[in-house]
Amino acid sequence: MELLDNLALGFSTATSLTNLGFCLIGVLLGTLIGVLPGIGATATIAMLLPITFQIGDPVSSLIMLAGIYYGAQYGGSTTAILINMPGESSSAVTAIDGYQMAKNGRAGAALAIAAIGSFFAGTVSTFLVAVFAPPLTAIALEFGAAEYFSLMIVGLVSSVALAHGSIVKALAMVVLGLLLGIVGTDIYTGTPRFTLGITEYADGLNFVAVAVGVFGVAEILRNLENEHERSVLIRKVSGLMPTREDFRRMAAPIVRGTIIGSALGILPGGGAILAAFASYTVEKRVSKNRGEFGKGAIEGVAGPESANNAGAQTSFIPMLTLGIPANPVMALMIGAMIIQGIVPGPNVATEQPALFWGIIASMWIGNLMLIVLNLPLIGLWVKLLTIPYYVLFPIIMAFCSIGVYSVSTNVFDLYAVAFFGVLGYVLTKLRCEPAPLLLGFVLGPLLEENLRRAMILSRGDPSTFVTRPISAGLLFIALAVLVIVFLPAVKKKREEVFVEEN
Amino acid sequence: MKPFAIDRTNGLCAALFIAFGAFFAAQSLGLEIGTAFRMGPGYFPLALAVVLILLGIVILVQAVRFESEPIGHIAWRGMLFILPAPIFFGLTVRGLGFIPSIFLTALIASFASGRMKPLTALVLSAGLTLFAFLVFSYALGLPFRRFGPWLPS
Repeated sequence: MELLDNLALGFSTATSLTNLGFCLIGVLLGTLIGVLPGIGATATIAMLLPITFQIGDPVSSLIMLAGIYYGAQYGGSTTAILINMPGESSSAVTAIDGYQMAKNGRAGAALAIAAIGSFFAGTVSTFLVAVFAPPLTAIALEFGAAEYFSLMIVGLVSSVALAHGSIVKALAMVVLGLLLGIVGTDIYTGTPRFTLGITEYADGLNFVAVAVGVFGVAEILRNLENEHERSVLIRKVSGLMPTREDFRRMAAPIVRGTIIGSALGILPGGGAILAAFASYTVEKRVSKNRGEFGKGAIEGVAGPESANNAGAQTSFIPMLTLGIPANPVMALMIGAMIIQGIVPGPNVATEQPALFWGIIASMWIGNLMLIVLNLPLIGLWVKLLTIPYYVLFPIIMAFCSIGVYSVSTNVFDLYAVAFFGVLGYVLTKLRCEPAPLLLGFVLGPLLEENLRRAMILSRGDPSTFVTRPISAGLLFIALAVLVIVFLPAVKKKREEVFVEEN
Repeated sequence: MKPFAIDRTNGLCAALFIAFGAFFAAQSLGLEIGTAFRMGPGYFPLALAVVLILLGIVILVQAVRFESEPIGHIAWRGMLFILPAPIFFGLTVRGLGFIPSIFLTALIASFASGRMKPLTALVLSAGLTLFAFLVFSYALGLPFRRFGPWLPS
């Protein structure tokens, strides 16, 4: 059994004392920052990213990064339940019934249900990643420049489809991201492009600086708009253990949520958010206690939380096998890989099997750590919620500055943080989602390189993209997605979904 | 409803995208464009910049049609103190050295909130500096100069 061998390699990598340690630190740090209200998983990872670069070994560093991701997600659910303030749109659904449960004095049970659901979903989807990643890698190895180009188009188009608000704006954000991504020296001719004569930008804009600016700084500014007291509902969480009745009610939603999440998570462009909504809708339809939804239904916490986590996990599949990020977090992971000197793509599985399987195994270990550690530590997380925000952001700003500077000791990266902070803030004020911009930024250079290579191979004939079957199929998918989101019926439904979320 | 109300949010948004598109287009024109067969450094960015301008125009057209959406409160004070923090750190980390620079960076960022009291800000920045020194400079061993040449030794 090759699968078992691979998993064994993964577990032996992930369970080495150092890697376990980094996974633990990652999970703890992720939860710590993720639990701070208003700071979502993406911002958390962007802020903590530079710390992971201080670890020399890419395997440990990516394992820690993955740990931060799960931790941040868990932290987001905690704030959603306890203070009705979801850090990330994917836990917005959890807030609906989770907060109501907390109001009814069942905060402990809600948190435990979220943790158990997430763990179950994490276990199943880790296994799915292990099963589906290798065959996809084999397909991806057949890909030429034209196929890669088309595949990235699919990724970018899907990220547009799943972004909030206006589709045209999201498209413009992708294009702007692509343009910002190709700032720097042209790889074919060595010509500096769009650097305004600043030689420090010859290697391109620093990815970490862009991510910290657009997600971290912009988010701080948004939080500073209205500083109001947060009312922490629960000072002390008791009654963690769900009752037998709770277990009976949450079993089916967890299984359904896991299935929905695993399927939707693979979609490029942020399937986890969609998964949480889809699961909530399904549970509301099939539940016998329909009246309880919105008033603290256990199913309304268990289903979406499982779906959310399963989706978060399976979104690693396109990232690990194809090097295509499914959401901004995966874009951050890819950026981290590139900085560590690993070329993301189908070759990772064959060239770096320990890294590839180590990350997969560490997903499960990370989830296990979350459930073992976080339930007892919940009191600590609740205390953190009471830290006033004005104390937090000087700390965040200082650490971001140190972190960004430490990546390549380039002070111009720090100026870029400020620039992208303003840009990110202005764009969010203008109702533009920053996620497509970051995806475009990561994919920009790759997209251009593959386009140029494909055109050279075809001797300048653009029909190469439609005469090669895989490439044609991918472009057809991209076109279909674009047509679907512009259909009036879908457009209306899409707006409804996002309105409900806000 | 007025017949020609331009939505401020979307109008500004369109202007921003068009401005970015124009910048990249103008810069691309200064580079070698090449042909579709052998694309020069300017080919792909020029194409993208044109698309960005077109999308900006579409948003502008939509802005005319829709009713205005309020932009909402803007964090002026936040911008005034948060944004200079990383810039200040960049300007001084070599000259002043890591420790004084991070202390002042944190102090600047502290005043972004109206709720922060001066004494709290000082204590917080000092604690933060100590922590940053222990973690980054001492434990992780980042190669930063602790005190720079601008300070009398």
